[in-house]
Amino acid sequence: MKIDTLRLTAEEALGLIERKEASGAELHRAYLDAIAERDGELHCYLRTVEAAEGEGVPIALKDVISTKGVETTAGSRILEGYVPVFDATVAARCRTAGLPTIGKTNTDEFAMGSSTENSAYGPTHNPWDPTRVPGGSGGGTAAAVSAGLAPWGLGSDTGGSIKQPSALCGNVGLRPTYGTVSRFGVVAFASSLDQIGPVAKNVRDCARLYAIVAGKDPADSTTVDVPEVVLPEGESLAGVRIGVPKEMNEAEGIEPGVTAAVQRAIELARELGAEVGECELPRSVEYGLACYYLIAPAEASSNLARYDGVRYGLRADAEGYYEMVERTRDAGFGDEPKRRIMLGTYALSAGYYDAYYGQAQKVRTLIAREHAAAFERFDVLVSPTSPTVAFRLGEKAADPLAMYLSDLLTIPSCMAGLPGLNVPCGLSEGLPVGLQLIGPQLSENTLFKAGHALERALGFDPVPERLR
Amino acid sequence: MGFARAATRFWKDEHVAITREEVLHVARLARLELTDDEVERLTGELSAILEAVSKVSELDLADVPPTSHPLELVNAWAEDEPHESLPLDDVFANAPAREGDLFKVPPTA
Amino acid sequence: MTGHEWQPVVGLEIHVQLKTRTKMFCRCANGYGGGENTQTCPVCLGFPGALPVMNRQAVEWTIKLGLALDCEIAPRAVFARKNYFYPDLPKGYQISQYDLPSCTNGKVLVPTPDGDHEIGIVRAHLEEDAAKTTHVGGRTGRIGGADYSLVDFNRGGTPLVEIVTGPDVHSSEDARRFLQLLRQTIVELGISDAEMEKGTLRVDANVSVRPAGSSELRTRCELKNMNSFRFVAQGIDAEVKRQIALYEAGEEVVQETYDFDAGSGTLTARRSKEEADDYRYFPEPDLVPVEPPAELVERLRAEVPESPARRIRRIEGELDLDRAVVLVTGGLDGLWQETVEAGAERVAAANVIANRLAGADAAAVEPAELAKLVEARDRIPRTALDEALGKVAEPGFSAAPYLEQEAVSDSAELEPIVARILEANPGQVAAYRGGKEGLLGFFVGQVMKETGGKANARAVSELVREKLQA
Repeated sequence: MKIDTLRLTAEEALGLIERKEASGAELHRAYLDAIAERDGELHCYLRTVEAAEGEGVPIALKDVISTKGVETTAGSRILEGYVPVFDATVAARCRTAGLPTIGKTNTDEFAMGSSTENSAYGPTHNPWDPTRVPGGSGGGTAAAVSAGLAPWGLGSDTGGSIKQPSALCGNVGLRPTYGTVSRFGVVAFASSLDQIGPVAKNVRDCARLYAIVAGKDPADSTTVDVPEVVLPEGESLAGVRIGVPKEMNEAEGIEPGVTAAVQRAIELARELGAEVGECELPRSVEYGLACYYLIAPAEASSNLARYDGVRYGLRADAEGYYEMVERTRDAGFGDEPKRRIMLGTYALSAGYYDAYYGQAQKVRTLIAREHAAAFERFDVLVSPTSPTVAFRLGEKAADPLAMYLSDLLTIPSCMAGLPGLNVPCGLSEGLPVGLQLIGPQLSENTLFKAGHALERALGFDPVPERLR
Repeated sequence: MGFARAATRFWKDEHVAITREEVLHVARLARLELTDDEVERLTGELSAILEAVSKVSELDLADVPPTSHPLELVNAWAEDEPHESLPLDDVFANAPAREGDLFKVPPTA
Repeated sequence: MTGHEWQPVVGLEIHVQLKTRTKMFCRCANGYGGGENTQTCPVCLGFPGALPVMNRQAVEWTIKLGLALDCEIAPRAVFARKNYFYPDLPKGYQISQYDLPSCTNGKVLVPTPDGDHEIGIVRAHLEEDAAKTTHVGGRTGRIGGADYSLVDFNRGGTPLVEIVTGPDVHSSEDARRFLQLLRQTIVELGISDAEMEKGTLRVDANVSVRPAGSSELRTRCELKNMNSFRFVAQGIDAEVKRQIALYEAGEEVVQETYDFDAGSGTLTARRSKEEADDYRYFPEPDLVPVEPPAELVERLRAEVPESPARRIRRIEGELDLDRAVVLVTGGLDGLWQETVEAGAERVAAANVIANRLAGADAAAVEPAELAKLVEARDRIPRTALDEALGKVAEPGFSAAPYLEQEAVSDSAELEPIVARILEANPGQVAAYRGGKEGLLGFFVGQVMKETGGKANARAVSELVREKLQA
């Protein structure tokens, strides 16, 4: 039986397996065939895994996730050829659940970016319009899911790297509460912000995958136990209080088409019985980006110090150790990691710590407090995920600050460690618009419930028009 | 919105531009051997970004505690029980240079 | 400014390697024995994605050490990253403690002939050790001119407690006394073997001088590479001398780090080509703070034995300060007390224990049996006493068989031997009669040798003395 991977959800795939209409291996093969057929145009994958290890629903893994025996590059030349000898905890949990890895997906280098154009291995193209970016840093996973080259996948989100690509590619992505999914074995970018999360065609699949990977890990000191995941079923939003933060929905730079789609979704939420009201997050939006672009590069500058050519990865030729390290790092890192390492090093350096990093950590507290105050009146806050729909390849690549603005709306909640779900809510000029739902810590079940109900009512078709 | 304005090079009263010397100093700390082109480009880019992020100093946060972790966890530790260490093949699986059972590197001096 | 009195001002930085079973941030086995790089894992090798997990035992032992040093235990301690590059630092940073260390504000009282000297403990914090880099080629393994370096990560990640004293040490003798007491304290807590030769205790000294009587703090220099208490003392003396000479010549002391080579007694400056490192400390985001519960701190406090300094002062009255120090810093004072309680004379017991049982397993010695040996020390032959003391720590040891032997004290038997020895050594006899009374020991020793250790040393000594006066 020829399996059409284009439209298949993880839940449907699970059904095929349970009814013995297809085996895990057959599914795995079907996805590899689809990749051979269609990935040349899109470049979602950096490599595929030939042998299916597991009888469950195959999965794509962002190439920042260590996979034992399978090359893991984090989208960088400095890790070209690096084959981990251990699995990241999330990869191990997928393995235990019987999910065969389809392959490793493309990413901005070290997860730094908003378009996947910073990958040292070439960009990924948006399946809705291959002249456009899929978003980033997790553009590979998101594009793969939308293009039917994976039923689901794992990405990583630091400032929006799961949510924003899901918005630009028209699928569902969850950035979980900080601490609910183990970071062990995931190439670190910003330790106090990184989280691994599911990407899928619908909310139920996301919830399912989250349940597989989430939960305390003794190997990661920053993890906690999670409440049991409830797969969402209802279609009503009665009793759900939805807040619309003014600054998030009226920020400068949000395209009118995006605003329109999001407004329609909010209207729909009212019709489904939600109580909708306005709220404010004044300083979170105004200072969120600055706060993030101090803390994340600072932590990254330290996390990337281990790439020194000594024990793994690229090593440049040199007479002396320091020369070797300097040349290796200059040759191995692309422009964006270099920029962030420099920025982060500066922010932490003597004389500047208090004004920059120290101050940013305090702004973080402010942002957490503002959100907490909003959550006293509301269960979920909504806004656009991305200010724009997918932009053209090359459009923002030359202007770092313009690129950073893509994260304007995803970043504030990340600073507070809050979970966020992207649900596609419509099209603007033929390109997907994403709705961001943010909840308090450990409120994933609420997000799933609200997201699922909206998704059912919206009836958005996650398969790109040009592929149908 | 402040960040967007900074992106279009709106200069505030205090310039926070980073100098070429500072760029070289930071590159030394970060062990990055930059080409002259890179130094020049980065000086401009970092100046612009610093300008934007230094926005945080507008706020008076003297009474606000810093957040190191979003969660208020403490005392996450493990018992003093040994695990199995890596076999040597794994230790050196990705090593650029090995001599015997040691990692080989160019000399530090 | 010659003729001025100068006072050395020394602060010590001590690193103690904890003997936990596993490393500080991963559960690789801690300690020697394994082949190179066999006690490593992704965490201590700094592989991408690896994360640290605190060793609870190491945290508890650090608190215990802090309590033994009379420190305040921080209600909240935070680990921090110290960022720099070196081959033995796999992550490119060391996880240590910075702003909020586990222990602060303690003190150690050092008993000296002129009263107790208080050495302030500014802080004691917990961190991980670096790995081991060996430099190959060039000038016999020294860093300068090496061909390449080799790295063994077994040691990387070992828990270290760093203790920093105030600038309260004012002589090399002070330093030595303090270090002995500190070491004994650490060993009695059971948290480290604290041996400088093995590197489980490392000491650096920050040295400056000032005019005697002033309280200023002048430029200090750091001394490293001293691997015994004696060398630390020598290094301090050498550096103090060097600084005084500079000041007296009208010059200034420049801040430098020196390696002290004990063999030649020389100080060599480590001319670092690059500027001082900016470590860019920030709180470690992969770890959460340590907030020790009050019950834990109290439980640990109850486990801390009486401080060596207090024990020295207590038994000093019955012996003398030096003897008390030797017994306590050798961990032998408990045995001494029990031996005295079992009937031995206090000074004799102290002498026997201090001179003959240093390094023995004091806990394995049965005090009653030892007391019998002390009581019989002059009566039984030297060889018998030596053998008995050599075995006194063995399980089930009984003094009885040794007590049955009698040393020869019959002058009739001994006199001819003494005469023979004196005749055979006319030079020494003349010297003795000329005033070198220390030679008495030489003659006694010769007689003991002649008699195969069976003579009664005291009797021999009296006989020799008699004969020499004749």
